[in-house]
Amino acid sequence: MKVLLAMSGGVDSSVAAALLLADGHEVTGATMKLWGGPSDSGCCSVADVDDARRVAQQLGVDHFTFGFADDFEADVVAPYVAAHAAGRTPNPCVECNRRLKFDRFLRRADALGFDAIATGHHARVERGPERWHLRRGADRAKDQSYVLHMLDQDALSRTLLPVGHLTKDEVRSKARGLGLRTADKPDSQDVCFISATGGRGAFLGPRMALTPGRVVDRGGRVVGSVPAVQLVTVGQRRGLGLAGGGAPSFATDVDVASGTVTVGAAEDLLVTDLVVGSPTWVGPAASGAVEVQVSAHGTAHPGRLSSSHPLVRVELDEPVRRVAPGQSVVVYRGDDVLGGGTAH
Amino acid sequence: MVTYLDHAATAPLRPEAAAAVLDQLARPGGNPTGAHALARASRQVVDEARDVVADCLGCRPSEVVFTSGGTEADNLAVKGTVAAGGGTAVCSAIEHHAVLHPVAALGGRTAPVLPDGTVDLEGLADVLQRAPAPVALVSVMLVSNETGMIQPLAAVADVVARHAPEAVLHTDAVQAVPWLDAAATAPAGLVSVSAHKLGGPQGVGALVVREGASLRPQLLGGGQERERRSGTHNVAGIAGFAAALAATVADRGATVARVAALRDRLADGLLAAVPGSRETGRRDGKVAGSCHLLFDRVDSEALLVLLDRQGVCASAASSCASGALEPSHVLAAMGVAREEARGSLRLSLGATTTGSDVDHALAVIPPAVDRLRQRDPLLPRPVVAVGAS
Repeated sequence: MKVLLAMSGGVDSSVAAALLLADGHEVTGATMKLWGGPSDSGCCSVADVDDARRVAQQLGVDHFTFGFADDFEADVVAPYVAAHAAGRTPNPCVECNRRLKFDRFLRRADALGFDAIATGHHARVERGPERWHLRRGADRAKDQSYVLHMLDQDALSRTLLPVGHLTKDEVRSKARGLGLRTADKPDSQDVCFISATGGRGAFLGPRMALTPGRVVDRGGRVVGSVPAVQLVTVGQRRGLGLAGGGAPSFATDVDVASGTVTVGAAEDLLVTDLVVGSPTWVGPAASGAVEVQVSAHGTAHPGRLSSSHPLVRVELDEPVRRVAPGQSVVVYRGDDVLGGGTAH
Repeated sequence: MVTYLDHAATAPLRPEAAAAVLDQLARPGGNPTGAHALARASRQVVDEARDVVADCLGCRPSEVVFTSGGTEADNLAVKGTVAAGGGTAVCSAIEHHAVLHPVAALGGRTAPVLPDGTVDLEGLADVLQRAPAPVALVSVMLVSNETGMIQPLAAVADVVARHAPEAVLHTDAVQAVPWLDAAATAPAGLVSVSAHKLGGPQGVGALVVREGASLRPQLLGGGQERERRSGTHNVAGIAGFAAALAATVADRGATVARVAALRDRLADGLLAAVPGSRETGRRDGKVAGSCHLLFDRVDSEALLVLLDRQGVCASAASSCASGALEPSHVLAAMGVAREEARGSLRLSLGATTTGSDVDHALAVIPPAVDRLRQRDPLLPRPVVAVGAS
């Protein structure tokens, strides 16, 4: 096949290029330039593009750069800011996959005459008797199926994830064996456009109004204050301006409109059902016994889908901590991703 | 088969230039500033090349300062002039970044352009009157590297003489030399030229510094080029530069006539075949090799990849360090909306362009534009308000 491989300049997509070539594909590499602003987290920098290009050269693969910064701003950054302004805790990596990598990039690849795209994600695309399946990566610790849960049959039928059946150690070892310059490059961390030094506050401050809020207990008594209510996440423990001593307190609710953060004990956070909006399904809408995962590398909690449309309701076997509104809730059955959506 | 329509980026090495470069590289080349026989031989190559370059550019040999290319020549002109006597630097808004960035770094001013891509003379007069006095340098390129529009340099010189009589006029003539007679540069006291745009090797060029223009050197060292640019000469490159320039000037008249006809066939053919297309500027105001078009609802970044995969080498605006296309500052200055500017295509013809190149481009480009409009149309997007890439 003619394959357009998204090359970030990291080790996974570098090895993906070599694996695709070994499988006999006609491979072209492309790096998406998504972010023009400052970043120190190892994504989209000129050095990363250089690494991608040099790996492509070494493997004899053509390499292009696509400037998708306008799309990234409109489809990932602006919704990220808007969600925070509304007191939600968004997951921009999920939106980047949904809107950029598996939509914009896929469309571009199709227009340029490629049969499929490939990325270096740790997850597996497999063809079953009925349909395409998206499964967890072989390396459970590096599994990225959570952030790919929005892939549908059309996208999966045109997507290759060549490193999904390898562990990260195997990927690095292959890269070393091939003499690829990215073999020992550190993994990218966190949100690419948020700098580790400034954090979310430094990024969001110039883009929206951050307003102070009062922190109240479940009885409505003011017990602390926060400088920016929009930056508080449900489940958060630190930075709530609470007096020390006593049982630990957690943010159990954030109401931006009234500038109020409610805190409670750990058990006040526990819920036995989840409500999930804007669901997407890899195949048919799921029902029955499932597991749900509420963070990128969290554990899967067993439960049961009591409704799948328009809102998904999950009744959990054991209570879990409340999921911050805006976070992705992904539905699995074993290694199989069934779908997912956004916590209400 | 590769159809090369990117001569404005770099032109194929002329055989005369290749021969001169190889001949020099094969010699036991001494350093031109030395005192022995091998040094004298190298010195002679540089001196003779200087005579050729001066003759072709309509200046004296003593006025030629060899540089590492157009960017260094532009930097030397702008920074060297301001460093010599102080004052403000002014340039047009469509200059190459090699002028724009030094002018900006010195706190200079930019003058507007008209929608046809030529400098706005009234706007320039206004800028000169408002700029912090004295204005030390005015820089207006002779031919735009994007639109191919020839700038009214004589009229610019009149405006400068009227409103900033102390200022020296600099022109970046990098894109002009393949097409225009040296007389077109006469109004300027400083003229930048690059070898590789006219079939010479990359990495060599010159700044013409006419008598009377005072410059402070920007590279200090051995005092080469009459103390105006230190550094051991790129002897082989200079020999190739002179050979390419001489060959260019010798057949320029015939080349211009031949290439203009090819360009007209290409531009007219594309405009007729592609709905929602238009040409920037005015055809009769462009150099012969320039075909610069705008296509609605197309991202030229994708178009360039599609053309590349079918053997057509073209370009659009300039790229940033990562290789992604930057929005064109030239089209923005001309008042072209950002969305429309995203669909620009620069096809630049040159001395080696043939009728079959035009045939190939005419066969490939209209269906490519159509395919992208069907499958990957450019969608309206809000302006990104982030730092430079």
